[in-house]
Amino acid sequence: MRPAIFSFCSDPASLDTVRWLTCYLSTGKHMAFYMSFATVLLLLAITAPLALAFGFGGAIAARAQFAPLAWLGKGYIAIVRGVPDIAFFLFFVIALDQGVEWLRHQVKCPDWDEPIRQGNDFIVCSVAKMPLNSAPQWMHEIYGFTLAVLTFAIVFGAFAANVLYGAMRAVPRAQVETAEAYGMNRHQSFWRVLVPQMWLYALPGLSNLWMVLIKATPLLFLLGVEDIVYWARELGGSKTPQFTDYPHPDWRMWYFLALLIFYLAFTKLSEVVLDRITRRLSYGQATVAGAAQRKGRGKGPGTGSGNEKTEGTPA
Amino acid sequence: MTCLETLQAYAFRSLGYGERLLPRSDFTLCDQFVLIGSGLLWNIYFGLLAIVAGFFFANALAVAKTSARPWLRRPANGFIFVFRGSPLFIQFFFAYFLFLSLKSVSPVFNLLSSAWMGALIVLFLNTSAYSAQIFYGALCSIPKGDIEAADAYGMSGWVRFRRIMWPTAMRLAWPAYTNEAIFLFHATTLVFFSGFPAWRQQGDALYYANYFADKTFNPFVPYPILAFYFILLTLVVITVFGGINSYLNRHLPRDRRQKVKVRPQLIR
Amino acid sequence: MKSLLLGSAALAMTASFALADTVRLGTEGAYPPYNFINDAGEVDGFERELGDELCKRAELTCEWVTNDWDSIIPNLLSGNYDTIIAGMSITAEREEIVDFTQGYTPPSPSAYAAMSADVDLEGGIVAAQTATIQANHVVSTGATIVEYPTPDETVAAVNAGEADAVLADKDFLEPIVSSTEMMFVGEDVMLGDGIGMAFRESDAELRGKFDAAIASMKEDGTLNDLIVKWEVGGTW
Repeated sequence: MRPAIFSFCSDPASLDTVRWLTCYLSTGKHMAFYMSFATVLLLLAITAPLALAFGFGGAIAARAQFAPLAWLGKGYIAIVRGVPDIAFFLFFVIALDQGVEWLRHQVKCPDWDEPIRQGNDFIVCSVAKMPLNSAPQWMHEIYGFTLAVLTFAIVFGAFAANVLYGAMRAVPRAQVETAEAYGMNRHQSFWRVLVPQMWLYALPGLSNLWMVLIKATPLLFLLGVEDIVYWARELGGSKTPQFTDYPHPDWRMWYFLALLIFYLAFTKLSEVVLDRITRRLSYGQATVAGAAQRKGRGKGPGTGSGNEKTEGTPA
Repeated sequence: MTCLETLQAYAFRSLGYGERLLPRSDFTLCDQFVLIGSGLLWNIYFGLLAIVAGFFFANALAVAKTSARPWLRRPANGFIFVFRGSPLFIQFFFAYFLFLSLKSVSPVFNLLSSAWMGALIVLFLNTSAYSAQIFYGALCSIPKGDIEAADAYGMSGWVRFRRIMWPTAMRLAWPAYTNEAIFLFHATTLVFFSGFPAWRQQGDALYYANYFADKTFNPFVPYPILAFYFILLTLVVITVFGGINSYLNRHLPRDRRQKVKVRPQLIR
Repeated sequence: MKSLLLGSAALAMTASFALADTVRLGTEGAYPPYNFINDAGEVDGFERELGDELCKRAELTCEWVTNDWDSIIPNLLSGNYDTIIAGMSITAEREEIVDFTQGYTPPSPSAYAAMSADVDLEGGIVAAQTATIQANHVVSTGATIVEYPTPDETVAAVNAGEADAVLADKDFLEPIVSSTEMMFVGEDVMLGDGIGMAFRESDAELRGKFDAAIASMKEDGTLNDLIVKWEVGGTW
């Protein structure tokens, strides 16, 4: 008894092409596939601000006058960015998971006397498990998702930190000097003058980062999230009649084509939106684009072509 | 086996020389360093050739994109959009499928389904698209004065492009292009990871790191080794591109020269 | 008699583990008939039925989890699930890291499948899934190995002419051979000591429960029934 949405789906082998496809595309497995698109979008929606936060922290640390903190910030930026993201994803999630459980273990089971590492095994007391073994499956999935978000945010946070670090230095020195002349202290001039102006310089880099983040999502399955690539592979692989009501040859091509269209459409949408934001932000700013706007001609630098301009301006 | 013997046996294993069987038990750190390093040769091969070939194609694309003629501009725009707008992971998948079906059409295409050729083509096209976008941006931001000066000297057409516009564009684009180079090298790890199969256990650095992680059931040694190698590789790329950058800017007064700042402008 | 013993043992255990945790069963979900994802998107197959029955007999609450084959052992060691039940052959290599129950299928043959009968299995190109005992075997025969990350792709490679033959568990190839143009070639190869459930070495207690449950299923013939039903090779 397979749950079917349409009543005529009870005997797929006898159906004509259109109905067969309707039934095929509405199986529980396909529903999971459609849901995974939502998972990817949700991950992007949460990761982006979080990565920005990591980036902001990293950039501030890298600028710090206290040397060890500056080393920490710069080290974070340099190391994470020097390594291919796949390599990072392949071991970092397990490390993160073990780190979380180790911390909980220290807090919850202070008088545990067995070693945590026994041979190859990593063992914490059962109340320190994250989530608890008795927790329902959806909790495990949310935890896995959270770890994936954190890993993405840490990796892309390093990139964001680099962009923001550059942007903070790109704000004309005179602006900060003026703030100081008005009697603002370091803290005030940073938060009231530097940070608001920095965004404009950071935007091209950040919008590019967003594009990159979108395109890194096919690697999500490495982090144990059943994402669109996982389902596309699973659904597309050839199926023999013994194990499914809908046998078919290797259809991975079509599933990946759907993914390709999804990514292209999402990229296009992002380009349009980011272009608008850039134009809005340039308004009233002391840059070429801002000046052009005042004169009522041209538009601000687009996301794709504009970033090199900032890059080309000696900081 | 001592480490020296390991080095002799496996230093070029990824290219098919040396010991045929990979280590099966008693994995030492040395085994892991040597084999993953051996795999890195593939990453360097892919990265280097794709960058060099892609440089020329990217320039052509960038010029086509600035062209006023739609039949030149549109294809360039489309090409750049498709390759920049989709994940490399999926590009590899499609390419492998396409190459396999081409192979059944004619034996001329036999080479394409092997990684050293097929994956190189995908990486070449991919980096061309990304670089073309960078070069296009640079061509658009050439100071107006430079071009007016060229006009004043009576230069036009090809001469103006070759002597004034192109060198300036390269200078403007170089910092961003350096990033592209770094990320291209990172992207080479995807070759054997999606799409292209590994033959005779000859793969890239990630393939061997994966092999060890699988055999030792411990991901915390091989992947950090891989990371270490890539940090070194990144440093080499920065040094080489930095050298080219100072060559490009050699005529400028010292304080106006741009330093190569590694910024994450473009990855995939 | 064995099952009687088990009964009382299970009772004693439920008494002391009244609040026992859910046992999480890790599988791959891409290896029919052992385990696969059915049309409804759930884990299904021989091991699904087997695992559910074992849990019932051991009086445990169980939950199914899927994980990529590549990282299936590291994730077990790190405690993300409590056992692997994923068509995993018992080998000396794996025994060093994890502990297996007794096999729940007899040592099963691996077989070569190809598009034509005259392929050269020792000098030709043979496809296998990365990190399997079959991949290890191909390397030692002297054939040129070409490795793919999933079992599906190994078969696709033979179909596409990339590889001359594929070496995989015979039970996995059986339905493919019967429904496509592929055929078995050469001799079957005996690899591994059957398929068992893998546990962390520190988890002897849980392993004992499942081991006893497998023994009881062997005893009363239900295991054989399942094997026949799913066509996973020889019976006990």
